[in-house]
Amino acid sequence: MAYTPNPPQVVREMLGSMGLRDINELFIDIPEELHLNRELDLGESLSELELRKKMNELARKNVSIDDCPCFLGAGAYDHYIPAVVEHVLSRSEFVTAYTPYQAELSQGVLQSIFEYQSMICSLTGMEVCNASMLDGGSSLAEACSLAVDATRRKKILAAGTINPRYLKVLHTYAHGKGIEVATIPDHDGLFDADEMIKMIDKDTAAAVIQFPNFYGFLEPEIEKIEAAVHKVKGLLIIAVDPISLGILKSPADWGADIAVGEGQSLGNPLSFGGPYLGFFAANKKLMRRVPGRLVGETKDLDGKRAFVLTLQAREQHIRREKASSNICSNEALCALAAAVYLSIVGPKGLRSIAVRCHELACYARSRLQDAGFSLYQVPFFKEFPVRLSDPLAANSALLKEGIIGGYELGDALLFAFTEKRTKKEIDKMVDVLKGVQA
Amino acid sequence: MSKLIFERSVPGSSAFSLPEGDVPSVELQDSLQGFLRESDPPLPEVSEVEVVRHFTELSTKAFGVDSGMYPLGSCTMKYNPKINEWAARLPGIAGLHPDQPEETVQGALELMYELEQMLCEITGMNRYTLQPASGAHGEMTGASLIKAYHEQRQDFRRKKMVVPDSSHGTNPATAHMLGFELVEVRSNERGLVDVDDLCSLMSDEIAGLMLTNPNTLGLFEEEILEISKVVHEAGGLLYYDGANLNAVMGVARPGDMGFDIVHLNLHKTFGTPHGGGGPGAGPVGVKEFLVDLLPIPLVGKKDGQYCLDYDVPHSIGKVQSFYGNFGVMAKAYAYIKALGGKGIREACRHAVLNANYLRHNLSDFYEITYDRLCKHEFVASAVRQKKECGVTALDVAKRLIDYGYHPPTIYFPLIVDEGLMIEPTETETKERLDGFIEAMQEIAKEAKENPELVKEAPTNAPIRRVDEVTAARRPILKWK
Amino acid sequence: MATEIKEGLYYSDEHEWVRVDEDNANIGITDYAQHQLGDIVFVELPDLDSEFDAEESIGVIESVKAVSDMHTPVSGTVTAVNEGLDDVPESLNSNPYEEHIVVIKMSDRSELDKLMNAKEYADFCEKEE
Repeated sequence: MAYTPNPPQVVREMLGSMGLRDINELFIDIPEELHLNRELDLGESLSELELRKKMNELARKNVSIDDCPCFLGAGAYDHYIPAVVEHVLSRSEFVTAYTPYQAELSQGVLQSIFEYQSMICSLTGMEVCNASMLDGGSSLAEACSLAVDATRRKKILAAGTINPRYLKVLHTYAHGKGIEVATIPDHDGLFDADEMIKMIDKDTAAAVIQFPNFYGFLEPEIEKIEAAVHKVKGLLIIAVDPISLGILKSPADWGADIAVGEGQSLGNPLSFGGPYLGFFAANKKLMRRVPGRLVGETKDLDGKRAFVLTLQAREQHIRREKASSNICSNEALCALAAAVYLSIVGPKGLRSIAVRCHELACYARSRLQDAGFSLYQVPFFKEFPVRLSDPLAANSALLKEGIIGGYELGDALLFAFTEKRTKKEIDKMVDVLKGVQA
Repeated sequence: MSKLIFERSVPGSSAFSLPEGDVPSVELQDSLQGFLRESDPPLPEVSEVEVVRHFTELSTKAFGVDSGMYPLGSCTMKYNPKINEWAARLPGIAGLHPDQPEETVQGALELMYELEQMLCEITGMNRYTLQPASGAHGEMTGASLIKAYHEQRQDFRRKKMVVPDSSHGTNPATAHMLGFELVEVRSNERGLVDVDDLCSLMSDEIAGLMLTNPNTLGLFEEEILEISKVVHEAGGLLYYDGANLNAVMGVARPGDMGFDIVHLNLHKTFGTPHGGGGPGAGPVGVKEFLVDLLPIPLVGKKDGQYCLDYDVPHSIGKVQSFYGNFGVMAKAYAYIKALGGKGIREACRHAVLNANYLRHNLSDFYEITYDRLCKHEFVASAVRQKKECGVTALDVAKRLIDYGYHPPTIYFPLIVDEGLMIEPTETETKERLDGFIEAMQEIAKEAKENPELVKEAPTNAPIRRVDEVTAARRPILKWK
Repeated sequence: MATEIKEGLYYSDEHEWVRVDEDNANIGITDYAQHQLGDIVFVELPDLDSEFDAEESIGVIESVKAVSDMHTPVSGTVTAVNEGLDDVPESLNSNPYEEHIVVIKMSDRSELDKLMNAKEYADFCEKEE
């Protein structure tokens, strides 16, 4: 397949109009010794028919969650995606557009982002939300970076119960910028709040908490942390699961200055880890420091409501080396998916999804408890770990039964329960675990 | 103006239902005591048909490559093949959890493994990480590698990053994020890196040089081998910003030019759509001596099985939670497979042909900054129009909207006054290019005869020009 | 470009003006500076009581498409900031010499000697054109 539309005689005509005969004459500015002078070894070009076959073959070498119930979570979740989301995301005016720098041609994209920003503000209770970040982990790292800039302090205190992958990303960003990250140890699935409070001082840029935490548990001491960190004028950053916000307190309820998280659950497929949607929301005081693109409402010359990319002076293309973040491309299409998703489910739908996830998790927990498994006595939302003598063997046994098991934690498996799971699937999962543990 | 979805909300409307629950219901006040929110989040309540109509209406107020020619310089807005969209949505591609057992994702790992090999071949590098989710993310990864390389050698003096004055804004922003001090190298009168100036900047404090080639003026850095020598002799590394790879792929390779680190924009060069701002993907390739520093995991192959390889001894860590934007990789993979070695070179040649054809035909009406052989793009300027008729690059851009074209990139690079950066890409027909030339000629004429018409533009779009000043002074960033 | 320059003020080569009131330096930006920036949309003010050395950046002035550091021409402690600029940043466009941005209690009055008077500043601007 080639997507170059001009046939040879047209190419000759174009070259001729410029007084050229050979297309290679367009490359004489490249030094002779740099010319590759051979064809790239990428194989023969494939027709669409062959390509379809090839992609189908690759896809079939994978086991899709469409075919196996999936109890994996740990930061990426198998929530249901309504058909309307996929439908809207196939509108090629959205898909094949660039960043909406030209407002007059891009009102549709701009308005959808404005609606996305508004919805994330509704969920989190925050006042400002950007047009998206690259994923949950990088969003958390950028939040810490903002906190460091805003407070002119260098120390970040991160709860040890934050998704370890987020912490890894944070460490990479922090090393580059010379930020000091202290991770607060955790016990029995919760971080040591007393320890964090002890460490909070006038050098603390921010305290960072995940809620529900990586193990699915609900951290009980956020209020104390909030009071302590605000007392020294540091910031409180909370990473949240947006689905949980159908029923759980929002970051604003906890007093967070910045709310971040992974928005994949809102209408985006699992896609083996990406593209996902980092969301980033903050209080009004931090508005002009928020990284990335922001859409604002304004008017056109005729006084008609219009939307436009705004506060651009913060961004890399204007502030260059003084910008606090280099983010340019974001995850706009994933944000559109989230906006459509939230429009479809609405407040009641989101609540019902959150409740169902929680009920299924509660049911699984009671079945596992009855079966004598070792479980933590801590409130949870839709995910919790189960201690097992041989987690690997348990997952293998589950896979043999056509079930994708939990996330391996060393001495436990972390199981997630989305609204797609059923009683039957949970019963089977518990039975397999019983068989392995026996 | 379209209503906001919130303004379409009718309490009680619903577009969603769950299956009947078959597990016992739970008293939330018991199980989640102290953690519950007081009221539902204020989201819109809209019926399914109205949601669909709402977003369909919005889509008619958006402009994509499928709507028309999109000559946005430095953004490579080429046609996005539809088979690739289909492929990325296959259940065996989209329906994979990133933590599934390796034996259940062999196809996904094979795709990543093979994509890495193809990118190595195209660029002349030894290994790639596919983790970065965008070009800027790739830059950040690349700059981290430069920092880690010097630190590993106990060379802590290297705090300065050199960037040309014509660079993308992300380059200096990235260098700053990594704690580098920024040093700008001048462009010479031919629009290329001034090698003498570069030499004078070299010292044992130089960490590296970030370069786009061809540069943002669309000009090939003809002295690249000399530049490479200068930077390497000073102990620095050479970083390739791959935003403009479309201009040389299949013809020349950054690896052969002496670059140590390369980032690519799969969403520019390899035909994946831009999605209104993202997602993209920004893989980073390195030469052998930097492989041990790459982010974890890499994709490996052991005993005929593909695997995620976490054994990277001096890894800089992770830049993204999982393995990168896999959905985007699948599209780029399909794109490269469709084109093959020959097609990749053809795409490059046609991109350069189209750019030169436009440049050649516009030079009578607009000043062309550095009017000589260009690569995939060139920079025209409205200085003449501004001086003679008070019509700016912005006005020309807005008037193009009335003619049905997406405007070029304007006021960039910063070293050109009234710049219009034009990149047609290889996927435009001669007819489309001729139409664009005609429109540009017509606008040049209008600027002389009826400048108000141009300054008022657009008049043929859903809205007229917007008040950006009030938007930034008194920001309204959410509904209500 | 015709720009207004007031007599009786000190001027820096970064286009800030200083109006001296005993030990206090009222600092703003000149008419020339506001023309260069265009429509000002935001002014980031320093914290009260923070200390700065001369020529150090004390805040940021943003227009729609540009951003510029604001420097203090003199060393000292911030004793007041013009909070009105939070809501009406455009007053720097309309009344550059009426609207100060900060007041700094000077720690070294001799630094004023290094600044320009109105005449010198007018020449300086001409050269910048």
